[in-house]
Amino acid sequence: MILFDLARRNIRLHWLRSLLAVVGIIIGVVAISSMGMLGNSLVLSISDSLTSVGDTIVVSPHVSSAQGSFGSSGGLRITERQVEEIRRAAGANTVIPLRTGADRITVGNEAKTAALYAMDPADVPVLLEKEGGIYLRYGSGVMVGKKLAEENDLKVGETIGIGTGDERARIVGILKERGIGFDINPDYALVVPDTWFASRYGERDYDQVIIKVRNLEDIDGVKAAVDDKLNRREQVVNVLDTRKVLSTIIDAFNQISTFTTAIGGISLVVAGISILNVMLMSVTERTKEIGIIRSLGAKRGEVMRIFLSEALILGLLGSAIGGALSLAGGYLAVNVMLQSTKYLFEASTLVYILYGVAFGIGVSLLSGIYPAWKAAMMNPIEALRFE
Amino acid sequence: MSPPVTDPYPIIRLEDVTKVYPMPAGDVLALDHLSLDVMAGEFIAIMGPSGSGKSTLLNLIGCLDVPTTGEIVISGRPVRSLSDDDLTTLRRDNIGFVFQTFNLIPLLSVLENVEFPLLLRGRPAGSRERCTEVLGAVGLTPDLFTHRPSELSGGQQQRVAIARALVNDPGILLCDEPTGNLDTRTGDTIMALLGALNRQGKTILLVTHDPRIAGFASRTIRIVDGSVA
Repeated sequence: MILFDLARRNIRLHWLRSLLAVVGIIIGVVAISSMGMLGNSLVLSISDSLTSVGDTIVVSPHVSSAQGSFGSSGGLRITERQVEEIRRAAGANTVIPLRTGADRITVGNEAKTAALYAMDPADVPVLLEKEGGIYLRYGSGVMVGKKLAEENDLKVGETIGIGTGDERARIVGILKERGIGFDINPDYALVVPDTWFASRYGERDYDQVIIKVRNLEDIDGVKAAVDDKLNRREQVVNVLDTRKVLSTIIDAFNQISTFTTAIGGISLVVAGISILNVMLMSVTERTKEIGIIRSLGAKRGEVMRIFLSEALILGLLGSAIGGALSLAGGYLAVNVMLQSTKYLFEASTLVYILYGVAFGIGVSLLSGIYPAWKAAMMNPIEALRFE
Repeated sequence: MSPPVTDPYPIIRLEDVTKVYPMPAGDVLALDHLSLDVMAGEFIAIMGPSGSGKSTLLNLIGCLDVPTTGEIVISGRPVRSLSDDDLTTLRRDNIGFVFQTFNLIPLLSVLENVEFPLLLRGRPAGSRERCTEVLGAVGLTPDLFTHRPSELSGGQQQRVAIARALVNDPGILLCDEPTGNLDTRTGDTIMALLGALNRQGKTILLVTHDPRIAGFASRTIRIVDGSVA
């Protein structure tokens, strides 16, 4: 009605500064929404590419700061005796000791390097899924990671050369794609029988021991038992459970996402200040008008409504336009940062547009409250005298 | 038209009213124990030198402010203890203001300016007709209704302001130098209009410096130093 209409006409009268305030809100809303959308897409893509099995404990040799550079476990192994201790600590749960290595492989005439995972063939089905062929059996034969198979066009039944000699191995199975794991990453690797690996490379100790826990509630207990058995005097192994690592990583990305969204929020605060400024100017300029309508019988609340309407109109305009542009802004940000917009049209991503719009309207109204209150509390006599 | 026959009763009563404005340099006594009765249907001119308190008197009667001490009764309602909202409602329903500078809302058309007080009452049925009626009564032609105030002459603007003051049919019209910004001839037509409204029963209080304008009123009150001289 007319109170709203007065606000609308005043915005039209001062269209340039109103437009600038609206632009501020648009930028704020776009910033907050696209940052939020980017962050959420990032978290979604990270958690999607991580193997989110929560039932795995990874035991690896501990590298103390005195021993070599960070991340190199060169020379450090888990011995057969330690594996036996881990087995005792793990009780009924499956314990899978692993050896890892890398070697040249020859596909046709092409030579390249691939990672090798050696394990007891009986353990392979516990840890990995096959996509084609069969699981490993005793003796020879290898399984090939999905990516390695794809990139070299490897099929079940073919043979590949391993090492520089004329040793060849038959591919018995192709593994299912697994993504980035905290235990092993077989997508670009060969999985070979441990006996074959030991005879070829002469390696007796292990690089890593994986414990598959049957009952998720046992994870902490098994971890504590392994820790207790092996690390009593000094730390010799690291004991990690994947669930914790996963949640730590997701938490970290969520924090980054919140942080970038908050930076977007700052621009909205700036936009709010510009609305505050526009509204205070409007109130001062219209002091006389406020006096007039008060003398005509407008109550304080009605005066307040006029100015809140003005802030609301600016906020609605800016937020609506900003919300529409956010889709484009989010698309751009996600496309540039992730090279994929796969996660953009998820509800949990798109909801950030709603957040942005809601924040935009909220900030605008909040910025309008003080000027509106100032207008409402004006002494009508002094306001009428204002020139 | 002859004045309606009613028993005279004080539509405005000021009982020992004092108004003090606290100022940084010390309190200013604007009205000093002033008592006054205005009968319904009177046309009163209030005269006095600048700073004598005549504007303060008009503001208090107009419910734009409340007295520091004493009591003001408007149409039977004492105002001193009223809340701001009640005071505003009393003003909206009983008082019409006419100002020296017209004080129309520049963003609204002539018709919307006149309609504004009705909208504050929730736009009763027949609002538009009522506006057209009062605009006709003050002598404005329909071709002007859609104009903005700035497109009108001073005399026309004051007529719009009077129409706006009349639209809620208040008993009291308060006029603060209504001819101060008009030439003599236009001023006289405005005074004739006010005289006609008075004869239709409106109680009019008019603040002026001009003894000739005061001559249109039926009674003149002089204010000196915050009290009736």
